[in-house]
Amino acid sequence: MEPIKANLAASPAVKPDDEAALVAAAKGGEVSAFETLVNRYERKIFRLSQNITQNREDAEDVMQEAFLKAYEHLPEFQGNSRFYTWLVRIAVNQALMKLRRRRPNLVSLDEAIQTEDDLLPREVEDWGPTPEERYEQSELQGILSTVVGELEPGFRVVFQLRDVEELSTEETAEVLGLSVPAVKSRLLRARLKLRQKLNRYFRKGDSQ
Amino acid sequence: MKCKNVVEELSEYLNGELDSTMLSDLEVHLAKCKNCRLVVNTCKKTVEIFCNSEPVPLPEDTRDRLHKALFSKLHKPHN
Repeated sequence: MEPIKANLAASPAVKPDDEAALVAAAKGGEVSAFETLVNRYERKIFRLSQNITQNREDAEDVMQEAFLKAYEHLPEFQGNSRFYTWLVRIAVNQALMKLRRRRPNLVSLDEAIQTEDDLLPREVEDWGPTPEERYEQSELQGILSTVVGELEPGFRVVFQLRDVEELSTEETAEVLGLSVPAVKSRLLRARLKLRQKLNRYFRKGDSQ
Repeated sequence: MKCKNVVEELSEYLNGELDSTMLSDLEVHLAKCKNCRLVVNTCKKTVEIFCNSEPVPLPEDTRDRLHKALFSKLHKPHN
């Protein structure tokens, strides 16, 4: 079996080569270059914010604050990472602040999550036709958003950064202030939990 | 290797990060264990669906508010 990353085409919205040129132009004062970056990433940043905060109003605030902050701090961006990764870091920090404010007792990302040793999946069934064939795009998006929303925040954020935004394990650990083993452990559990949740939509034999 | 070990190594396997000995042990197990094959395949599919999913367009009013907020900032000289 090929590793996952080898099968995944880079998102068409992300073009690293001209991203660097746009960032350089924006740093040089070309407002239209920054606007192009906003147009390119606004959907992704909104989805990220919505998936973390699970609140539409907060997600909108987070997106605005993230782009404004990015513009304000653009002169400090050194280009050591991709601009998009840098933007994701800003948005995640804003989103976590919102989440902590709204649910102070619930969210403690650096706290060990109780992980009972029941990793072995209970439901083992084959999936039917590929989910992309079975559901309309908007319906599929709704399903993905629902199941991610059902994860505990500590799992949800790690999964979002690693498997949706494609940050490395080390970058995810750094952004969230977690150890690398903690990120790996949460990623595994998040993937297994999501697989289990998606099972009810995609298993073979079920009609829509 | 047992089913429990396959699950423990699942993420590393999907990421292509297992060393060759572990990879070979795991694939020997997968060849004979249908349940583990199903878990591995559906978990791989889970990650792929999320990774390949394109975000939906922003609601019009949300986008308007974002661009209004940015406009006033962007059209001032950058300090």
